[in-house]
Amino acid sequence: MRWKKALFYAAAAVFAVWTVMPIVLIAMAALTPRQELYSWPRQFIPENFSLESFRFFANSHGVLAATFRSIAVALATVLIALLVGAPAGYALARFRFRGKEAFRIGILMTRMFPTSLLAIPLAVIYLKTNIYDTIGGLALMHAALAMPFVVLVTSSLFLKVPYDLEEAAMTLGCSRIGAFVRVSLPLALPSLVAAGIYTFVLSWNEVFASAVLTVHNRTLPAHIISTLNVSPLNFKFAGGFFMIIPALIFIFLVRRYLLSMWGVAINK
Amino acid sequence: MAEVRLEKVTRRFGSVVAVDNVDLQIRDKEFMVFLGPSGCGKTTTLRSIAGLEKIDAGRIFLADQDVTDLPPGQRGIGMVFQSYALFPHMTIADNIGFGLRIKKVPASEKAGRVRKVAELLYLDNLLDRYPGQLSGGQRQRVAVARALVIEPAVLLMDEPLSNLDALLRMQMRAELKKLHHAINATTIYVTHDQVEALSLGDRIAVMRDGKIVQCDVPMEIYDKPANVFVGSFIGNPPMNFVHGEVTSQEGRLMIKGQGFTVTPDPKWSKALADRKRVILGVRPENFRVHFQEPAGETNGAQAAVEVVELLGNLKLLTIDLAGSVLKVSVEPDTAVTAGENVWLTWNEDKLCIYDSDNEWAITPERPEVVSA
Amino acid sequence: MSLLRRIPLPILLLSPTLIFLTLFFVIPLVQVSGLAFQSPDSVFTLSNFDRMVSDIYFDGALRNTIILLILIIPVQLVLAFAAALIVNQRRRGSTFFLYIYAIPLGISDLAAGLIWLSIFTERGYLNSILHNLGILERPLIFLSSMTPKWMVAAIVLTEVWRATPLVMVILLSGLQMIAKDYTEAAETFGCTWWQKVRYVILPLLKPSIQSALIMRTMLAFQMFGPILVLAGRQLPVFASESYYWYTTVRNPRVAAAYALMLMALSVVATFLYLLLLRTKDEQVGVM
Ligand SMILES: Nc1ncnc2c1ncn2[C@@H]1O[C@H](COP(=O)(O)OP(=O)(O)OP(=O)(O)O)[C@@H](O)[C@H]1O
Ligand SMILES: [Mg+2]
Repeated sequence: MRWKKALFYAAAAVFAVWTVMPIVLIAMAALTPRQELYSWPRQFIPENFSLESFRFFANSHGVLAATFRSIAVALATVLIALLVGAPAGYALARFRFRGKEAFRIGILMTRMFPTSLLAIPLAVIYLKTNIYDTIGGLALMHAALAMPFVVLVTSSLFLKVPYDLEEAAMTLGCSRIGAFVRVSLPLALPSLVAAGIYTFVLSWNEVFASAVLTVHNRTLPAHIISTLNVSPLNFKFAGGFFMIIPALIFIFLVRRYLLSMWGVAINK
Repeated sequence: MAEVRLEKVTRRFGSVVAVDNVDLQIRDKEFMVFLGPSGCGKTTTLRSIAGLEKIDAGRIFLADQDVTDLPPGQRGIGMVFQSYALFPHMTIADNIGFGLRIKKVPASEKAGRVRKVAELLYLDNLLDRYPGQLSGGQRQRVAVARALVIEPAVLLMDEPLSNLDALLRMQMRAELKKLHHAINATTIYVTHDQVEALSLGDRIAVMRDGKIVQCDVPMEIYDKPANVFVGSFIGNPPMNFVHGEVTSQEGRLMIKGQGFTVTPDPKWSKALADRKRVILGVRPENFRVHFQEPAGETNGAQAAVEVVELLGNLKLLTIDLAGSVLKVSVEPDTAVTAGENVWLTWNEDKLCIYDSDNEWAITPERPEVVSA
Repeated sequence: MSLLRRIPLPILLLSPTLIFLTLFFVIPLVQVSGLAFQSPDSVFTLSNFDRMVSDIYFDGALRNTIILLILIIPVQLVLAFAAALIVNQRRRGSTFFLYIYAIPLGISDLAAGLIWLSIFTERGYLNSILHNLGILERPLIFLSSMTPKWMVAAIVLTEVWRATPLVMVILLSGLQMIAKDYTEAAETFGCTWWQKVRYVILPLLKPSIQSALIMRTMLAFQMFGPILVLAGRQLPVFASESYYWYTTVRNPRVAAAYALMLMALSVVATFLYLLLLRTKDEQVGVM
């Protein structure tokens, strides 16, 4: 029993180090002064930490604007995806209707669409309709990418709130909408928020469509990738670390819902 | 005055007809029980009355008002769900007071009414807890309290006791009966437990395949099942059924079967006159067991005891009567052993006779009921 | 309002999503085919595909796309399964480890590429370690067209690091759906731990493995950030070629042809998985 326990913790720890180490490394790299980054021999742990690279990154042309744009796009994406997708998820959870299975399969099929397949023709369409290179246009694209996730997750999350509860509210005088608002919504809210946060991260991280659908109004990942060939290492490392900070915070916030979100979204 | 009336109510799910053209009238303050096997449509009927199920045809009246198109909240009903459906995110007080809050009853009045109902159901010291912190029996009482506090004209309950253990179920059964007398609501109660039905119901509606097969007071349902299905569904063990043939001997009507002969009361003469094959129904306690050939009685039938089971308050015998297996109950102190040969006689007053083709009762008084 | 009331509620609730998916999936699919199969003056042509196939990067892109997939997926599956088993042990700290392992789930492939760039770049951590261990005097260059194997290794490591958690979470939620009765029944027969995994857990986990594989393969085909960061055009794949043709060459038609190729690969892979890992209906757990 003893050695089993030891084995368990050893394996668990090795895997944890493997996961965390690269993040520590990029954090250190982001905090290393430019001089040292390019020097040889290079110390594993920098001799002095400084915010120099960060300052350079933040002050670089376009970075701040791109960051705000990224946030705006992500917020708009969450709003659109939830407003459009959640009702469908609710319907999947609550009603039996003809074509339900077909709808579900259709949703799953969208996974086979590579982002490039959507982004390239959309760029052409957007150019014609004048929403090319806008926050709204990109948010629509991101919402489309997040839609299958949102629909499936909300459906599984409303399935966990028994319909009985809404019916009980109705027998006590609530209208249909009232019953939803007073009973199902409060019960589902924490997981809905988690799904929203995940959608935010999805948009914040998205590179391909962002790079293809914007030119001047780049989001942060699009900005970084389009300047890749001309930016120095310290810009890249500071940028890389900067991009993962919100992701780390968000994953921490939604940690309790990880399994319920991914589990049900994927396993059927 | 809360009479409930269903007129030709039908509810289909695809090809399944869950409620099939049901007519039913429930009197004010009556305790009506829907009883039937799983899937017979009890819940669907109840939910149709509540307004939770849209019916495909027919009308529903509550207190003489046509409520067919009204949403559940405006029908003046209260409902207790099988799962209780307590709101997990609200305290017991908020759960009970929910209906009053929706109806915008002033806070002071609300608190008073919640307290009164809580006292009635022994919940007064649990009001600050959450549903997750209560036992099954307590939850059940909260569910009842929540339905009662809005003073519904009709109280609907769907198997409210099915999630409790046997002892608690018996206690709650008595509580519910007491409660029904204390409040002024017409009550409709769904169960598939016949003991609950017999003990609670002023009347019982026995359902099968979406239809009401028989609707009557418990004693009538038990003594005079309207057809073979009701007889075999109600009673534990169920009614015994044996096939027989109607013959006439010296002008007297007789029913002869494998190994026995019965002479029915003359009141049957007319109903049986031109019939041939019938089914006899006898409750286990309506047999008498003799250990010698009964003198003077011509109708004794010889049979072999196969199994003897002592069930505490009675002894249950499994008896082979010329190939038909009968369940017969006798006093627990009767000295009888398996393998013994006995003579059976019938309590002919309580004899039920059924048409062997459609299995519906043949009655001397009422005209024959024909199944639709 | 009265018109809205007439429409059945499910349809009302589904229609926004249906419209949205039509606008952003069906129409682009039609449009992309239009781009790929037509010349600028809307005449049917295969010249875009011709151009794609005869491009010097095409063969490399096809080869690399498939090689990366073959290298990444199995490693990821095994690692993820091991991690899922660790977390599923439900010992003290299991949840803590789950949260740790899940961190890369929120990290974009671009950021992951930058992270691993800090390791593999010329003055990076790898060279620094090798130097500190006394193995190296001068730094090695890992990421150049002279060292394609190192480039592939860096990309594989990046993808394995970043996307293993996704597979783990899928497998873990599958593991948690397996009733304990099954494994306990196996224990009553004296199964060893490995036999339990081999004969009970893995077969029951097949549907989750299948979903994980499909999901992962789709995403691996599209992986693009690490390629751009770590290799640029020296290691072309379909996704990055599609990007170059659109942004650098400014030819959306060939880009569309690449996108269609990617879609075709995805569809083929999905059906392969569905076929190879089929669970018979009668084998689904009775609960
Ligand atoms: N929402 C539904 N969709 C489809 N069929 C349904 C639905 N609800 C009930 N049914 C079907 O209608 C029939 C009657 O169901 P109902 O729930 O009324 O039975 P019940 O008498 O309450 O049974 P039980 O004792 O098991 O609760 C059954 O055949 C059932 O399968
Ligand atoms: Mg029922």
